[in-house]
Amino acid sequence: MPDLVLKGKAIKLGDNVSTDDIIPGRFAHLRSNLPELAKHVLEDAAPEFASKVKALSVAGGGKSILVAGRNLGLGSSREHAPMVIKMSGVDAILAKSAARIFFRNAINQGMPVLLCDTDKIGDGDELEINVIDGKIANLTSGITLSCGKMPPIMSAILEEGGLIPYIQKHKDFKPQKHY
Amino acid sequence: MGQTLAERILSLKSHGEAKAGDVVIADVDLAFVQDTTGPLTIRQFKESGFEALAKPQQAVVFLDHAAPSPAQQLSNDHILLRRFAGKAGCPIYDVGEGICHQLMAENFANPGDVIVGADSHTVTAGALGAFATGMGSSDVAVALALGKIWFRVPESFLIELNGAFPRGVYAKDLVLYLIGQIGADGANYRALEFRGEALARMTMSQRLTIANMAVEAGAKVGLFPSDKITRDFLREHGRGDKYRPLSADTGANYEQVIPVNLSQLEPMLSLPHAVDNVRPVAQVKGVQIQQAFIGTCTNGRLEDIAVAGEILKGKKRHPGTRLLIAPASRQVLIQAMEKGHIQSLIEAGAIILPPGCAACLGLHQGVLGDGEVCLSTANRNFRGRMGNPEAMIYLASPATAAASVMKGEITDPREFV
Ligand code: SF4
Repeated sequence: MPDLVLKGKAIKLGDNVSTDDIIPGRFAHLRSNLPELAKHVLEDAAPEFASKVKALSVAGGGKSILVAGRNLGLGSSREHAPMVIKMSGVDAILAKSAARIFFRNAINQGMPVLLCDTDKIGDGDELEINVIDGKIANLTSGITLSCGKMPPIMSAILEEGGLIPYIQKHKDFKPQKHY
Repeated sequence: MGQTLAERILSLKSHGEAKAGDVVIADVDLAFVQDTTGPLTIRQFKESGFEALAKPQQAVVFLDHAAPSPAQQLSNDHILLRRFAGKAGCPIYDVGEGICHQLMAENFANPGDVIVGADSHTVTAGALGAFATGMGSSDVAVALALGKIWFRVPESFLIELNGAFPRGVYAKDLVLYLIGQIGADGANYRALEFRGEALARMTMSQRLTIANMAVEAGAKVGLFPSDKITRDFLREHGRGDKYRPLSADTGANYEQVIPVNLSQLEPMLSLPHAVDNVRPVAQVKGVQIQQAFIGTCTNGRLEDIAVAGEILKGKKRHPGTRLLIAPASRQVLIQAMEKGHIQSLIEAGAIILPPGCAACLGLHQGVLGDGEVCLSTANRNFRGRMGNPEAMIYLASPATAAASVMKGEITDPREFV
């Protein structure tokens, strides 16, 4: 189950980071070997990313928060993209906007994603996030940001740690019809 | 209040009234996977604790991305998928049959269907009036297990198409122009719905090209109403009985209306490394290219190969270039052979690749070298997309690709058609 209230440091990326950037198609042969695949996370687009995440965790259990600009995760539907981000040690994702499939895939992997004005966050800023309330306190700048709410079905899936754990538990979507 | 096409289909499939912004659970008519997302889908399916598919005849497995496989790991993924299909009793289209989205159009997609595929270009089937959208492996695994999935009903943009394409201008130019206007995230979470008197002249092949790229503006679906052209296409493909008239209500609520007069369009290009980095070919001509790639779920159909074949008939590719042709399906390849286009293209110096995704996603059959430029008829030109982050990809119509490969540089196809 993901931490829904967490404190950590921002690792910033730019706009339009595609799923091809996160995990290029040329590594498709590693998709059934996720630990190997994860070694190539953002390899071309942000080569220092993986070592930054690692440095944070080595430096004393600090959480890593990926902070992106507009349209994070555009492109291919590969769910491997949020998976390798998660495997690299990221605990939550913030973005100005996120592509639809990536957003849904990340939640399905139990990875919190919040949409907010990420221009107000600098690389390395200390953040405190409450995923359920949609509130982000930037402890470095003193600014508080609020995020739009996700549909209740998404927060229910996130709270269970992702879609597969949700389905294992409920065997179906609940409640059944419109809500 | 009238319904948009998206609201109409999701109302039918969720057995209630679906309004933009609602979350509904909708029945899934077809769920499919391909070979780079399918193995994860199968593992998720097994993990979710389900033994059997909700509806085996409504699930399909396609082996198209690594086709034939260039690596032992991918070959093993293919084995996994073949075994799964065999055990589950669902149809499988093996290596060489073609690209999932083309085979969906030829064999499965019908107006009013809800289709989810573990591939972002599942939107292609919107050309046939199907609410078809790409999802990740977990969502498709659950759709396979339950036969239903949740959707947030999208708001819609209406794209009003009037006028006729001028000579040398095609559906690809229109959709690139539109993406340039809307932006790569301009229609995020929305449906694009197409309407207008131009549809009466728009072939299914052209509609498929347009619907295919809806996702490049961020859209969840790209929907065409069904009409005579839809009915004729279904009949030709042995599914005449699946035709149903389907359109939006006149009073439907659209978030934006974008009118386009086709007669004012010109050949367009997407420049590296973003699909919405769109310019007229006339402004970019002269850029040297080393490879032209004609194929993919966007532009690998008979009409596309025919345009290229006619431009290149009796001509030669520029000696500094490679010309790759990948028909979108076996049927397309056979028809292109019967009509003599394959002959013309081979004589012009083309390499014919097996039906499938080929060079599109950078894992085989045409990976670019450092600093090389490819003019591709695909739908994405992200850095690294064709296997090398040091290469440049321009996107254009098959006519622009054919004209350019002849001159060895980006060329306006109106010189040759
Ligand atoms: S042709 Fe390209 S875009 Fe289409 S399904 Fe294959 S890899 Fe994806």
